[in-house]
Amino acid sequence: MTARSLFEKVWDAHVVAPESVDRPAILYVDLHLVHEVTSPQAFDMLRDKGLKVRRPDLCLATLDHSIPTVPVMSLKDLEIVSEPAAARQLIKMEENCAEFGIELHGFASDRRGIVHVIGPELGATQPGKTIVCGDSHTSTHGAFGALAFGIGTTEVGHALATQCLLQRRPRTLAINLEGTLGPGVTAKDIILRIIGAIGVGGGTGHAIEYRGSAIAGLSMEERMTVCNMSIEAGARAGMIAPDDTTWEYLAGRPLAPRGQDWDQALAHWRKLPSDAGAQYDKSVDIDVSELAPMVTFGTNPGMVIPIDDAVPEQDDPAFRKALAYMQIEAGKPLSGQPVNVVFIGSCTNGRLSDIRQAASVLEGRRVPDNVRLLVVPGSERVKRDAEAEGLHEIVLAAGGEWREAGCSMCIAMNGDRVTRGQLAVSTSNRNFEGRQGSGARTILASPLTAAAAAVTGVVTDPRTLLS
Amino acid sequence: MEAIARISSRTVVLPIEDIDTDQIIPARFLTTTTKQGLGDHLFADWRYDADGRQRTDFVLNRPESEGAAILVGGHNFGCGSSREHAPWALVDYGFRAVISTEIADIFRNNSLKNGLIPVIVDAPTHEWLVENPGAEVTVDLESRSLMLPDGRSVAFPIDGFSRYCLMNGLDELGFLLENASAIREFELRAS
Repeated sequence: MTARSLFEKVWDAHVVAPESVDRPAILYVDLHLVHEVTSPQAFDMLRDKGLKVRRPDLCLATLDHSIPTVPVMSLKDLEIVSEPAAARQLIKMEENCAEFGIELHGFASDRRGIVHVIGPELGATQPGKTIVCGDSHTSTHGAFGALAFGIGTTEVGHALATQCLLQRRPRTLAINLEGTLGPGVTAKDIILRIIGAIGVGGGTGHAIEYRGSAIAGLSMEERMTVCNMSIEAGARAGMIAPDDTTWEYLAGRPLAPRGQDWDQALAHWRKLPSDAGAQYDKSVDIDVSELAPMVTFGTNPGMVIPIDDAVPEQDDPAFRKALAYMQIEAGKPLSGQPVNVVFIGSCTNGRLSDIRQAASVLEGRRVPDNVRLLVVPGSERVKRDAEAEGLHEIVLAAGGEWREAGCSMCIAMNGDRVTRGQLAVSTSNRNFEGRQGSGARTILASPLTAAAAAVTGVVTDPRTLLS
Repeated sequence: MEAIARISSRTVVLPIEDIDTDQIIPARFLTTTTKQGLGDHLFADWRYDADGRQRTDFVLNRPESEGAAILVGGHNFGCGSSREHAPWALVDYGFRAVISTEIADIFRNNSLKNGLIPVIVDAPTHEWLVENPGAEVTVDLESRSLMLPDGRSVAFPIDGFSRYCLMNGLDELGFLLENASAIREFELRAS
């Protein structure tokens, strides 16, 4: 039999009808994650056509994007704390899920959180599954060896109605990562380095497989950070071969298989990693041994440099436009640049290990009065776990804000936003113009680098603060 | 959906690379639960200043852009967020085709489902379009080609199935629903 890659194995196992010149493949979806922002029009479509949700049992729904991050235990709270349009959207989600029989991890649920954080933590995200969501960061789940990708609302409707999507098979891109990370350098720095190397369109049309010793050595949470930003390189999916680290993470999670089912699943999962000799359409090699903490300087995640480097010069209108927007000068390093806001959270870096890292820098230090630090756990469970370790006390003692779970300042849809002209160091995934608020300027970085900026008030190499 | 065979229009040229869907429709407008009215907010932060006044230097605010149905964007148009609000906003505004040297995967998929034709052309053709803003061009689905005013015809790739759906005004969901028995068999096989 021909050697197949991880991607090919998962794809092949989900083809209901193969593709031809005239039509795309019909691909079966094992898990459909649903949230309030990209689903209302899909539910309306079902109502218009008199359709039901084919497999409500394969849907996992939550409220994350437009939910405020101050406590909301009921609809009454929502009326008070939420912007009205966002509140209507959240209520609509409750109604839609109730009408179509989908279990919603909504207000007051201790399982609520960012959809890409709760899928894995509940054990719903598993190797070999096909996972979709009306959100481009669905690539996160590829960290488990799942084929996971973002879709638009029309396709959300298709998946709700038929549990299938019409898909053309993407090409494959192997990114081989070797070497050992130095102290203060994280998974976030790896993925920023990759995007810088291949560009924001470098993965377009491809499913990425991250491979090599540097990937094998990462924890599941770190792998999720890497896969999460695959879309920032243009790739809808980014995958990592499942291994002992994966099983160890999944065992005992609420929705993970148990007993005999676990043994069976494990036997299947062990066959998923790419065969020796599997072919990829493209491949890229990167050594991470010399990697430094990375920071973005422009208005897309590919405009990124090691923290000690000077901002490059480039005679290109888009480049000049980006620097003008960022009010950043070419030829100088970003270190020392005063910051207004630090945001720690998001589906990229809102997990327990991210908050632990941030706390390791914040502990015993104080955020200057002119800097706002917002720490937003990725899920209610992350929040509880962090609080059990006393991490919230470290954040609060440093002068930071400690919030309820949600997408918060990554997407700035309900209350949490960076104001016009302010500079934020953010652990999120997009530094697009206005992403964190109209006129907001964003530097993307790791939780360590973000925390270092918070306590010093300027862009700072976190390695100078590590004990 | 309306059947589309060809779009003839003047172009509007926005030659910036990597235009992301956050620029096409900023997230603060995503609290809507319908598809309508998003055209008012298309490129909101480029079209309007902080006080909500039109920026006269932005191409969509120039008189010659009025009524144009074809947008020429820079390389890697529509990258970033999967929000289908981006093609909804473009269509609601009046655009029927987007031309670039590269169009991001999710945006391209979403566009095809909303009667917005993604047209990928080679660099020299793109350069010509950028240098000749307002040119009268035709996007022809039948011949899968872009026709330029000087008589040149440039082929563009488009998925055969999507093209068929666009030309016949068909919803792709209908095709999936017709395959219900194959889906059921797959579920039985897999369980």
